[in-house]
Amino acid sequence: MAYISKINRRQLRDQANAAKNRRELIAAQFSRRDLMKMGLLTSAGLLIPKRGLSVRAQDALSSFGQTGQCTSPATTPFVDLLPIMPVKQSVPSLNPAPTECPNTAAGESRTRCHQAFTQLPPQRLYQVVQQTANVTVSPDLPVQTMWGFDAIVPGPTYVSNYGVPILVRNVNSLPINNGGFGLPSVSTHLHNGHTPSESDGFPCDFFEIGHFYDQHYPNVLAGFASDHQPNGDINEALSTLWYHDHRVDFTSQNVYKGLAGFFLLFNQFDTGNESTGFHLPSFPDFDIPMMFADKCFDQAGLLAFDLFNLDGILGDKFLVNGKIQPVLHVSPRRYRFRWLNSGPSRFYQIFLTRLDSSTTNQFWQISNDGNLLPHPIQISSVKLGVAERADVIIDFAPFAGRTLYLENRLVQRNGRGPDCELSQRGQGNLLLQIVVDLPPVADNSVDPATNPTFYTLPDKTAQPRVTRTFNFELTQNGQWTINNQFMDCNTIRFTVQQNTVERWVLRNTQTDRPAWTHPIHIHFEEYQIFSGNNQFCFNEPPTSVNVSRKDVIRLNPNTQVTLFFRFRDFLGRYPMHCHNTIHEDHAMMLRWEIGTTGDLNQNP
Amino acid sequence: MIDRRNLMAVVGMAPFAGWTSARAFTEDSKPNAAPKTSREVLRDRYFPNVVLTTHEGKKVRFYDDLLKDKIVVLNFMYASCEGVCPVITANLMTVQKLLGERVGRDIFIYSITVRPEEDSPKVLKEYARMHGIGPGWLILTGEPKDVELLRAKLGFVDPNPEVDRDKARHSGVIRFGNEPLQRWGACPGQSAPDWIVASIKSVDWPKSEQAKRAG
Repeated sequence: MAYISKINRRQLRDQANAAKNRRELIAAQFSRRDLMKMGLLTSAGLLIPKRGLSVRAQDALSSFGQTGQCTSPATTPFVDLLPIMPVKQSVPSLNPAPTECPNTAAGESRTRCHQAFTQLPPQRLYQVVQQTANVTVSPDLPVQTMWGFDAIVPGPTYVSNYGVPILVRNVNSLPINNGGFGLPSVSTHLHNGHTPSESDGFPCDFFEIGHFYDQHYPNVLAGFASDHQPNGDINEALSTLWYHDHRVDFTSQNVYKGLAGFFLLFNQFDTGNESTGFHLPSFPDFDIPMMFADKCFDQAGLLAFDLFNLDGILGDKFLVNGKIQPVLHVSPRRYRFRWLNSGPSRFYQIFLTRLDSSTTNQFWQISNDGNLLPHPIQISSVKLGVAERADVIIDFAPFAGRTLYLENRLVQRNGRGPDCELSQRGQGNLLLQIVVDLPPVADNSVDPATNPTFYTLPDKTAQPRVTRTFNFELTQNGQWTINNQFMDCNTIRFTVQQNTVERWVLRNTQTDRPAWTHPIHIHFEEYQIFSGNNQFCFNEPPTSVNVSRKDVIRLNPNTQVTLFFRFRDFLGRYPMHCHNTIHEDHAMMLRWEIGTTGDLNQNP
Repeated sequence: MIDRRNLMAVVGMAPFAGWTSARAFTEDSKPNAAPKTSREVLRDRYFPNVVLTTHEGKKVRFYDDLLKDKIVVLNFMYASCEGVCPVITANLMTVQKLLGERVGRDIFIYSITVRPEEDSPKVLKEYARMHGIGPGWLILTGEPKDVELLRAKLGFVDPNPEVDRDKARHSGVIRFGNEPLQRWGACPGQSAPDWIVASIKSVDWPKSEQAKRAG
């Protein structure tokens, strides 16, 4: 991309050399004594810097290396099976019983009453506990002490239905000792939920060890209280959501430490049963959520987080549902995979690769950010910025007996954003091995090639009440800002008037630094893109995948996008922020509100 | 291939080399040594124990004397800075006031000069006097290479080398941390002082411990 200095080039070359040398040495299976004999290892266990052997050793001025990359111990890929997270089970009652207004006396940390508690009373109750999770990520690495919802990483999968409001009690039982990073103070955000503010997991609504917080998810379609009474607009239906910690200033550490999981929403069309509705592959047998995460492990094989990086951090180990490079066995039929990039800073472009064939394997994308597209779109890869989701349909019938891989071929050299290049087929990051060796089974799911219709896009011709412009920038003195201001929980930057339409212009016009790509997330309402490029690289035309409802926009260097919003149903505070969680935790966020009256501030 | 200079570079790196070797090379090293605690891992990765000099002329070691067992607030500045420094220093004055008697007891503020060549302890003493900087807040200078090492280790760097060299554009970030509890965060130095205080308190001791420390 724009800026690669000589130093950077040399560093990149050294990194490549270091990795190559290390691979060669490991492949040759030299023992430590051999290496010492060869003079490549000192008695203190340090690698002698045969030029490039350990670039970090030469990079004395940096902690993880200025590029935000790391060098984890070697692991053997494709040994562990892909974990499938258990479905979260409801409970008959909660003690104390949930209350409309905060039960402060009992230890609840909520500060506002539920807005829709009597109108849409919870029909199912859940309790989830944030606590220590002892996790094995690879047979080659020691047990990791992470943090998980119900002590598992990723957390359990919520399976919910429109029309069935639920309440989730979050209990903070995290330890005081964090093992090196993470803050045992939490706020759980349901990402893309049409959720009242007090249950949104607003970053400043955090709660401490020993406290709880009741979150009311009405599971109601947008528009139910305004332009589509009483049931809401079916074309605003959501499918694949995720929940994650959103504690202000500490989201990157806490999510990296494990506090994230899936939340699926079904309805009479997207039923989870391939014999009904849209006939999408049945959950859970043929409908599989996959959470991608890149992480870094230290020399002892323990999860490490670069605390003092401002750019964004990359891991060199790729986890799917909490395991490094796992294996999935499938039958030769159609599957729905729900892909999520859980960050913290990496962008993916995922291909379906066969290492024994050079064919380009096509599949179908059926959702963008968890919202079903009007029709399936045939693709050969899916691009995912941080926090973006894509549901895909892959038909494994033509691949019976074969082995395939989900492969990320997008090159990214630092936490700032992806480079505009793809690695060669088979040379990228192999995320998941898929072996088509299970027996054939009946497939009653819809063939995407028949061009089924899901939802239509909501109208966006209404006249916006106001156009607001937001610049996402680094200041002269290296601090992340939106419109040259910093996140402050106490500052309301602007107020949207409920039941109005707005146009937001998001700009990434940084010119005095290497380029960043900012994945910007806006809570509560989805938007549609009016104009602007939403691709990873400048020279690619927008695809029909982006003619959709979205909640994360990739803001490329030197671009601006114009978004269409409609704000309905609930009042209160929400954030907009960069979902490169390192930027988010360094003040690239703002608090805005929905009120009964709004302002017309165009540069808030 | 391996000349003396390279070897020395490696030996000299020893305290900071925690991020370098693959498991293949380490699994049988020091078989009897206890594994490092996560606190020691952070210390070795980020907190070189370099010697700095306070504005009162006292020599202090960065980890042992300034960080260990404390809640700390860290920023970089220089005495003649006319850009962001005056605002940040003024904010930190208010922060010091808002934190009250805890500053100097269990919370310490450290401002480190990015221009150690010109910011002698004497210059920094004058800076402290001029701004009315109170006890519990140290302005620090040191050997340029040590200051640079700290600046890089603590992430007060800019990805553009030209910007990074321009001292007037040094990072305006304030970092705060609870060393024993390994809680580290950051906020912009130009934030509202009450928000800076709220941010610092996010790494505070648990309530029971606060009472003890107030003792």
